Parts: sequence; structure tokens; C-alpha cells
Amino acid sequence: MIPFDYERADDARSAVATVAGRPGAVFLGAGTNLVDHMKLGVANPDLLVDVSRLPFDVIEPLQGGGVRIGATVRNSDLAAAPVIRQRYPMLAAALLAGASGQLRNVATTAGNLLQRTRCVYFQDVTTPCNKRRPGSGCSAVEGYTRDHAILGASPHCVAVHPSDMAVALTALDAVVQVEGPSGPRSLAISDLYRLPGDQPQRDTVLEHGELITAVDLPELPMAARSSYRKVRDRASYAFALVSVAAAVDVVDGVMRDVRIALGGVAHKPWRASRAEEALRGAPAAEDAFRHAADAELTEARPLRDNAFKIPMARNTMVTVLRGLTWEEGR
Amino acid sequence: MTGLLEPRAIGTSLERLDGRAKVTGTAPYAFEHPVDNGVYLHPVQSSIARGRITAVDATEAEALDGVIAVLTPANAPRLVSGDDRELAVLQSDEVGFRGQFVAAVVAESSEIARQAADMVGVTYDRQPHDTELRADRDDLYAPGVVNPDYPTDTSDGDPDGAFASAAVTIDETYTTPMEHNNPMEPHATVALWAGDALTLYDSTQGPNLVRDGIAGLFGLPADRVRVIAPHVGGGFGSKTLHANVVLAAVAARVVAGRPVKFALTRQQMFSLVGYRTPTIQRIRLGADSDGRLTAITHDVIEQTSRIKEFAEQTAVPTRSMYAAPNRRTTHRLAALDVPVPTWMRGPGECPGMYALESAMDEMALACGLDPVEFRIRNEPDVDPESGLPFSSRNLVACLREGARRFGWERRDPIPAARREDGWLVGTGVAASTFPVIRIPGSAATIRRVHDGRYRVEIAAVDIGTGTWTALTQIAADALDVPVDAVDLQIGDTALPPASVAGGSSGITSWGSAVVDAAREFREKYGPDPEDGDEAGGAMPDNPDTERFAMHAYGAQFAEVRVHADTGEIRVPRLLGVFAAGRIINPRTARSQFVGAMTMGLSMALHEDSVMDPRFGQVANHDFAGYHIATNADIGSIDAIWIEEDDPHVNAMGSKGIGEIGIVGTAAAIANAAHHATGIRIRDLPLTADKYIR
Repeated sequence: MIPFDYERADDARSAVATVAGRPGAVFLGAGTNLVDHMKLGVANPDLLVDVSRLPFDVIEPLQGGGVRIGATVRNSDLAAAPVIRQRYPMLAAALLAGASGQLRNVATTAGNLLQRTRCVYFQDVTTPCNKRRPGSGCSAVEGYTRDHAILGASPHCVAVHPSDMAVALTALDAVVQVEGPSGPRSLAISDLYRLPGDQPQRDTVLEHGELITAVDLPELPMAARSSYRKVRDRASYAFALVSVAAAVDVVDGVMRDVRIALGGVAHKPWRASRAEEALRGAPAAEDAFRHAADAELTEARPLRDNAFKIPMARNTMVTVLRGLTWEEGR
Repeated sequence: MTGLLEPRAIGTSLERLDGRAKVTGTAPYAFEHPVDNGVYLHPVQSSIARGRITAVDATEAEALDGVIAVLTPANAPRLVSGDDRELAVLQSDEVGFRGQFVAAVVAESSEIARQAADMVGVTYDRQPHDTELRADRDDLYAPGVVNPDYPTDTSDGDPDGAFASAAVTIDETYTTPMEHNNPMEPHATVALWAGDALTLYDSTQGPNLVRDGIAGLFGLPADRVRVIAPHVGGGFGSKTLHANVVLAAVAARVVAGRPVKFALTRQQMFSLVGYRTPTIQRIRLGADSDGRLTAITHDVIEQTSRIKEFAEQTAVPTRSMYAAPNRRTTHRLAALDVPVPTWMRGPGECPGMYALESAMDEMALACGLDPVEFRIRNEPDVDPESGLPFSSRNLVACLREGARRFGWERRDPIPAARREDGWLVGTGVAASTFPVIRIPGSAATIRRVHDGRYRVEIAAVDIGTGTWTALTQIAADALDVPVDAVDLQIGDTALPPASVAGGSSGITSWGSAVVDAAREFREKYGPDPEDGDEAGGAMPDNPDTERFAMHAYGAQFAEVRVHADTGEIRVPRLLGVFAAGRIINPRTARSQFVGAMTMGLSMALHEDSVMDPRFGQVANHDFAGYHIATNADIGSIDAIWIEEDDPHVNAMGSKGIGEIGIVGTAAAIANAAHHATGIRIRDLPLTADKYIR
């Protein structure tokens, strides 16, 4: 670990100004990922600006429906919030599927969004990695890829985004509120994250110094019937091999609307737009689910060790949709 | 063996004597021993797997405030012996595996040491490395013996002929991956020289083993080295003498008078303190039409390091497990540019019995027999390997008792026939075995102290197993006094010597020495000794080891669920039934059995060190990537034992129980997974991808 400075921010504006003014500065939330990276040499900031105590730890209703989640709301608190459990159950389930109780008790909403891939080569400074050191090469693409991407990868990076929460937020069309050096802006969550392309060092479109202050959930009544299914090797404390967040609106056995996002398959939480499109207006039936899942996965390109993710993603989408619509049939 | 101890304290569930200190955080582990003026060590590890160090540039590191010394192969104190290349730390410029120590920083704080270690520039003459174990390698060789001293190959009768003419045969290959010992407490050492005397507070399974090894490396009489280890947070075979202890002692030479503190990080443990070799095991079984085995062959391919040989005895349990007139076992090694493999809980038995007991399940199906009945049908009368009678063998009793408790008679043998809430459900069984090992070299001293108490001294060690408690119980019965009259002292080489806590041999070896000392004491001083009276004893020879085959046995039953859509595999129920002689302490024994079964479940479902042959290192070298079972992975788990009287094994009538619980678990789970799904996976671990369709 290399010595660094530490400051506690009093307000968002000054935090943004401080970080924006110093290239080696970063924001510190709970530090559950950043501090690991500092120990490993993956991140070497010279200044930590602690934003974990900014007054963003509230969950509040938005005008016109919807809910605003403050950036520093802890994952455990968010998962336990009645408004989340009742109106957006997939989000509560996704949060509880992530990490461990101890980590969820400290991890923040914004920190969860901005956690970085757990690709073993990214985390090992003795191996090349384009995300860690641009231009050094990707060790994973021809290496150990059991946990890696099947969708949207590039020759430069095949890593996946590790968050469970972000998968649910992607299915929910959440909007990320950002404070930056040149003022505030809002980003649809699907625009926050990037595919790796030839710049895998950039996980998101955020510029240096931009700070997430809140995440807005739109009013979405169908989200009351939603779920999150995480497939993993261990029963707890493991990243997803594949995960599926989905919400359905079924009327008279027909899919009036549907939201699906996948985790563990791409550099960003993967909105399954093709599957959604195939399902809108389709019967809530096994064949339609399977057809939709296959449609989503036509572009999937497995690596050496992860071809299983294609049938796993397909089957998990079908299982989740079956579970959500089965209730309708009762 | 004569004169079995009359059990009074033995057999009672005495609470752990060290339990309170541990749960209140007052039991000192190696790194926690208070020392004055300590300095900290952080190593630099090789980034190549084979070659030579051509230069070490320590200029920048040495200039950092707080750095005391940078050790390199050029300036490190010389050891008198470099024969053991794993232990010849910083003695040459050769690199034998990736992650090897190539330099080290000693500094005033651990943070400074770590920062400075990153600043040390090492340049190499890199040579091509080879880290891939494959069955088709043309350089496989037969080692002289397999661990510790078993014959490499055995053959009886005409196994090939018998197999060729058998009515029913199976011929399958099973593989187990590289697996890493990961005790909860990482390896840690505090090393302090005073003149030519060295004190080590070390997290070790063998204080005397470390003392003797270190003394030899430095050319010192053994009594100049003292190793202190009152509490050790697990070992599983990895906490013997490895390069980390040597490095701490070497570094402490440079800062004589100041203690050097050195704890490995979890990541460093994946290249420095051993692991279980991957195995490729071909098993052929032949049986007659009644399901009686006529041929057993077990051919093993595994790896060692080019710098030091360790040959796992994987096929050894097959030699004495089942009756068959024609048998063969072989071991072949590939010597690779990899870290040195070592003992990992149940070396030999654990991977070997996974293969054999999987094959037995396949063969039972092929013969149309229930897997419990098939095993009972092939129970030998005498040890097939030596021809000796068993001192006791209650495998059949374990199988029957386990079947009864598990509800085996209700089992429908047809695979892939049960489904609950989207999960395919199955059950499986496998046998366990572990030899009764005694390691020479243990002695004990007993002294009458004030208030009618007895001080019992032996340099045994408690690596979480319950030694403090169990040895106290043995001493109490041997002296015929209550347990609270015994003051046991262990974990310090200033005490009489003790053998290593390995091979499930501790209680047999140390307990026998304590009993011998107690008998000496009573013979000398009778029932009413004076304060200060003292007598010593040692583990006596046991002529019965020449007359009997001695093993513990067990049967494990598993219920497995595999999700029909996602392939996820879970184990809601595990039952182990063991026959392991007299149980000294049911409370700590159950913990040993259940802990080992948990580790066996972890092996079955999770553990997999993935070698990346391009870099020559384990890619997933941390706990995010290397999965070990969590609490959520364990459902109902239970271990019981049957009463077993064995007057031949030792004075306590006990058999070692530290390892048998991990033997057979993975096979029981794999067999249950087959019963659930109809899919036979022969390559561990049993992960979801292997069951998805």
C-alpha cells in the first residue's frame, strides 16, 4: 500500500471540487472494494475523499411516484425498506443475494454501482490487464474465463460487472443522479455503464470528479410482481454465474409488459431488450419464454470456460418467468 | 498391546479447556505474542515460474523511511544446507516456481514493508516453464516411494487377466483438481535471535519438526532453537516447515535482537505452503455375476515440484479396502515448475477414496446391487494387502447403522426419478477409511506439584483439534486422578519432544507417551507422591503393529439436490458413521468428524485451484475466486460412531479421527448427484455447469 491523504467531505459540491482538482483523488464510500484494490496495488489513489457521511442516506418518495434512494443508503437498509420490499421486490432480493451480511451493512448504494469487476487478472497486478493498465493486453480472453462475459465483450476485455443490485436497477430503468464539476446531470442506468470496446479501463461514462448522489426508481406498478434469481456455485457469498431480474404484467394469460435484465453475462448489467420485445403480447407460456430467451442469446459468444452460461441464462430466464406468471395462473 | 486404560475421564464430553480463552480473544496465536521492538517482514515473490534472477534493484526500497533491510539472494545470511530447495530461501538465484521468495523487506511497520517490497525491482533470465499435468505426458516417472514410505506400486495375482475375463467390468477415469489448504489462521511466525539462540513463535503443527529443521538449516544444535505454539488456528497439513518460517529466521539474523514478525497474506498462501496435488485416477473393477470383485486396479497420475518431490499415496487405501484376489496399484508423477505439494487433510485417502468409492457405486449399479450391499459383499476377512488380520474393522457395522439412520431401505435405486420444487433429489453412500498411524519420537514428563496437582509436559500442539482437552483426559485416567488435578503443558519445544500433529497420529503418539510417563510415575512413587516427584516416559513400541492391520472405518450418506434448470447443486443432508476405536472426547470428536465432512463437501462442490499454465500460477488465488463451503452450503450434518473395542492400537484404545471424516464425503455426494440426475460426473468439483442441460 502506498501512502495517501484522506479528507472527509462536508458537502457534495466541495467533494466534487476536491476530487476534480486532483487527478489522483477518488471518492471513498464504505471502501469494501476500493480498499481491497489499494492493498492489492490495483488502485493507487493519492487522496481519498470520504463521502460516506454526506447526507444522502435517505429513501424518499419522488413527486409523480417513484422513489429516490440516496447514494449513501446502506445495502442492508435499502433491502429492508418497506417501500422497496413491497413495490420493487426484485431490488430487495438482488441486494440480499449480494456479498455477505457484514458487507451489506456498510456498502453504499453508489459504491455498489461503481464496484469493479472481480476478474482474477484485473485483481492480480502481476498479469496483463487492459482494464487495469490500458494497452497491456487481456489475460482473460485466452485464459480462465469461467466467470466471464458471453455478451457484449470485446477483444480488449471480457470481464463482467459484479453487482446484483445494478441488475435489478437496470430492469427497473433507474435513473442515476450525478453531481459534477460542471453541475448536476441525470443518466439512465443503462447509459451509465459501458461495454468495454477499446476502452475497458472505463466501466462507466462518469468523468473524473463526478459523484453519484442518488438513484431514482420510476413509478412502475408491475415491479410489485418481480423477482431476482441468482445462480451461483455456493449457496451464499459468491458472485453470480448468471442472474436474472424480471418483472411481469400479465393480463388474461398474455404478457402485457415485461422487464428483464441479466447479470454475470456482460461488462454491464444486461438489459434483455430482445427477450422483452419477443414477449410483449405473447402468451405467458413456456414456449414463449424459451423463444424469448433464445432470442436474447443469439448474439452470445462463449469463451473457453463459459459456454455453460448460455443454457444457464436461457434456463434461468425461463425459470424466473415461469415463477412470476405461475402465480397469475393460481 | 496390553493394559488398556480404564476410561473415566476418557469418553466424557469435557468442554474445551482452551475454549474460554479462544472465544474471549485472550489465547495468543503466533503473531499475537507480545514482543518488544518488533519489525515486520514482507516478501517479494517471483513473477516467473522458471529461470534465474539476474539482478535485484533495492535502491528505491532501501531509501524509503522505515526500511531496515532488503534481503536478496546476494546478501541474505547463508544457511549451512541448501539440499532442500523449498527451504533454501534466498540461497541462490534459481527460480523453481512462480511465487517463490526472491527478496524480502524488513521495516518498522508492515505497511512500510509492503510498500517497499513493491519497489524492489527484480530482473530475470526467464526460461520456458511447464505447469500442466496431463495423462499423456511422456515424462511421467515412478517415485521411489509414496508418502511417507509406502511402495509406489503393488500387484497381486493377475489383475489384467482377471479384468479381461470378469463377468461385469467398469473402467473409468476420475480426476480431482489442485486444492489448497486454507486454515483460518494464515501462516505466521515471530522470529527472535539472541546470540546464536533462536526463538520462534510459530503457527505450526510440529514444534519439534520446525525446531529440528531450522536448527539443521542454520547448523545449530537443536537445543539452540525454541519453538512456541500454544494455539494454532488450523493447519490441515500445511503448517509444517515451509519457506516462510525459514525466511523469518533468516531475516531475524539481520536485525539480531529485534523480533521479526511475518504473517502470510491469503494470496501468498496459494504459492508457498503446499497444496493437494491434482490427480488423474484410472480405476478398473471386475466382478463375477454375484457381484464379488475379482479384479481391482487403481493407476494414479499426479504432480510434484521439480525442486522437491512429494508423492501423494493416492492409491494406497485401495490396497486394503476390498477383497479381490487380483489387484494392482500404481503411482506416476510429473515433475513440474510448480510449488511443492504437501499433505492436505487425508493425503492419499481423500482423493483416492473419492475415485474408488465412485467406482464402487458405478460397479454396484453395473452388478444390479444396492451400493451398501455391494460393499458388504466385498468385505475382506483379512487385510488383502498384508494378509494380516484387522485389529478391528467395523465398516459393515457403519454401513448398516448409517443405512438404518439415513432411511436407506426406502431408497428407490432408479436414477433421476425424484423431483421436488424443480430440484432433482438423490442419495448416495461411500465408505471412509484411515490408517492408525503412530509416529515415533514423543516423550512426556509428569511432576507432582502443589495442592495434589500433576504437571504433564509434552511439546504436543493443538491446531484446533482439542489436544489441550483430550490429552488432559488421558493424563487424568493414566494417573487415576480427576481432570482438574492435571496441569497440561503443550506447544513449546522446551517441553519433552513430540511428533507432528499430522496423519491423525497425535493422540496415539502423544497419548501413549503420557500414559507411559504416568505408569512410570506411579511405579516410582505410588499413589501418594511428594511435591516435586517427577518421572518421564515415551511412546512405547507396539509389537501388535506387526501382527495386525490397523485402520479406522466409516460410512457416509448424502442427500443431494440438483436444480433441474440451473444445475445448481446443494447438499441438504450428510450423515457420517465412524468406527474409530474408543472416542476420547465425544464433543471434540464430533467437531473433528463434522468439520472434516464439511471440508469433504467443500471438496466435492467447490474447491478448485485453477492453474493458468501461461503464467504458471493459480489464477483464482484468493477467497473470492477459490470457493470454500459457507454456512449456507451446509444443511443437516451429523456424525456418530459405533462402539469399538480395539486392544491392539494403543493404551487408550483409540484411533486417529482428524482426517477420516473427509475421506469418502466427495464420493458419497457425487454418487448422490448421480442418483438425483442420472449424470455421472467424474471430475471434481461438482459445479452447476456440469449438470446443466
